[in-house]
Amino acid sequence: MVSLVQTRLMPAIVIAALIVVLPAFFPSAYYYRIGVLVFIFALAVVGLNLLMGFAGQVSLGHAGFLGIGAYSVAIGPVHFGVPSWLCLFGGAALSGVVAFIVGRPILKLKGHYLAVATLGLGLLLAIVLTNEARWTGGPDGMSVPRLVLFGWSARGATTWYWIAGATFIVAFVLALNLMDSPTGRALRAIHDSEIAARVLGIDVARKKVAIFVISAMYASVAGSFLALFNGYVTPDAAGFLRSIELVAMVVLGGMGSIVGSLVGAVVLVVLPQALTVFHDYEQVLLGLIVMVFMIFLRRGIVPSLAAAFAGRRK
Amino acid sequence: MAELLQFISSGLTVGAIYALVALGFTLIYKASDIINFAQGEFVMLGGMTTVFVAMAGVPLPLAALIAVVATTATGLALHRFAIEPARGASPVVLIMITIGASIFLRGVAQIVFDRRFHSLPPLLGADPIQLGGAAILPQSLVVLASATAIVTLLWLFVDRTLLGKAVIATAANRLAARLIGVDTRRVVALSFGISAAIGAVAGILITPIALTSYDAGTLLALKGFAAAMLGGIGSAAGAVVGGVLIGLMEAFAAGYVSSNYKDAVAFLIILVVLISIPQGLFGRAKVERV
Repeated sequence: MVSLVQTRLMPAIVIAALIVVLPAFFPSAYYYRIGVLVFIFALAVVGLNLLMGFAGQVSLGHAGFLGIGAYSVAIGPVHFGVPSWLCLFGGAALSGVVAFIVGRPILKLKGHYLAVATLGLGLLLAIVLTNEARWTGGPDGMSVPRLVLFGWSARGATTWYWIAGATFIVAFVLALNLMDSPTGRALRAIHDSEIAARVLGIDVARKKVAIFVISAMYASVAGSFLALFNGYVTPDAAGFLRSIELVAMVVLGGMGSIVGSLVGAVVLVVLPQALTVFHDYEQVLLGLIVMVFMIFLRRGIVPSLAAAFAGRRK
Repeated sequence: MAELLQFISSGLTVGAIYALVALGFTLIYKASDIINFAQGEFVMLGGMTTVFVAMAGVPLPLAALIAVVATTATGLALHRFAIEPARGASPVVLIMITIGASIFLRGVAQIVFDRRFHSLPPLLGADPIQLGGAAILPQSLVVLASATAIVTLLWLFVDRTLLGKAVIATAANRLAARLIGVDTRRVVALSFGISAAIGAVAGILITPIALTSYDAGTLLALKGFAAAMLGGIGSAAGAVVGGVLIGLMEAFAAGYVSSNYKDAVAFLIILVVLISIPQGLFGRAKVERV
């Protein structure tokens, strides 16, 4: 039991401790805001990493699910008067259903074909959100009512810091457990060789769809949080650049490393904030940093550092 | 009838540009298995450089030439400083590097040029040619003729020259090509150079019709990538057919359905095609070895 805690849940405990301790060093509410964004993106990235890092299936359209989640908590309360928390679950369910329906035919595709199919799916969702202005406010977006739970309204970066932080820890532990389950092992087998996995009796198509649905729901919850936190949502939430950002976080942190997902989110959320000082040079530096990281830490930050550390200890 | 003709002419024009972008994707993919997401930035650089060099008082043809040379140099530099050092990295990492490069180039364009939209004067004047009731822009004919010329030249290069044969050998089997003395690194560098040049020409051709700005490359890259995949990645003929098909589909969707949903229709059809023919129109199914 002790060894189980040490090996598997240790990272979760360390991260939970960090989440609790860090605010003591925050000089202003602005830092809480950054923290919230990190947790929200890390949530989506953990889900995407389950799909990309473990099952080996690329998705260039994952922001589409982020968009479904974000617009669920916007459209539900505004147009139908449904409470936000219910819409959050409804959005996750809807994302799951969409992923389930399109998952089977799309996940049959391999490599770059899968990339372009998921890209198309994400773009289609973004285009619908942009054009159905009657429901979504069109390209200008729409405002999102605050989350109200039992008469208590969640507002402010400090409150959201704890909500997003706690949710992230739960999602993190769920992902760790999932990867140590029979499904997790089946997914890793699929990653290594689909045919070999099928020979071993794994229902490849079903497992792939299952992980696609789960990662879509992660993204949807993250999208709902993002919209509720910002109090505003635009179709950019579902756009191509958002999808690329999520993939970049996964790859930068390290494919197949759940801790890496958090690191990737930290780097790509904090970096642009830090780079705003450079005004015009922001994009140049961001592009440069992505390239340099990928060239020199090509397995991702966490796995590369872990390997270097293990090498030194020997 | 006039309507149909109108849609076909505009569809073919845009389609020719998509085909050129897709050809750039295909060429680099053939030589190196890399999907270069900075392909759209080559198109943007071609258009923007021409605009700004011409604004500085250089005659248009010379400005266009300078733009092509500058973009080709950018392509070669991308290969030398970003792709070459990451040799042997996984495909996803290489894709991320090219995406990083595309963000970088967009950022550079913002600083060197500006954030406004720009246009160029059309080569043969702006008066539309009346044909069967449809108004066809002379620039459309320029685009089509140039695209055809580029495709023909590329085909002649690959089919008739020794260097072209080296490209084919590298695409077929990199190790075997190296064994018979092909410098595969140079072939990959060459593919980046040619792709950049083709992209730049596409950018110069489309600017009089569609305007250009520092971020014009993103959507073009997506459409070009989709076109390359629709045709079956790695097939040059597929890239051209895929590009023209997407251009036509978009024009018909914009004309008959709704211009808001023209992008949607193109991607919807790509999804349907890929789901029914998983390796694209001209691609070959891959056999997986266990």
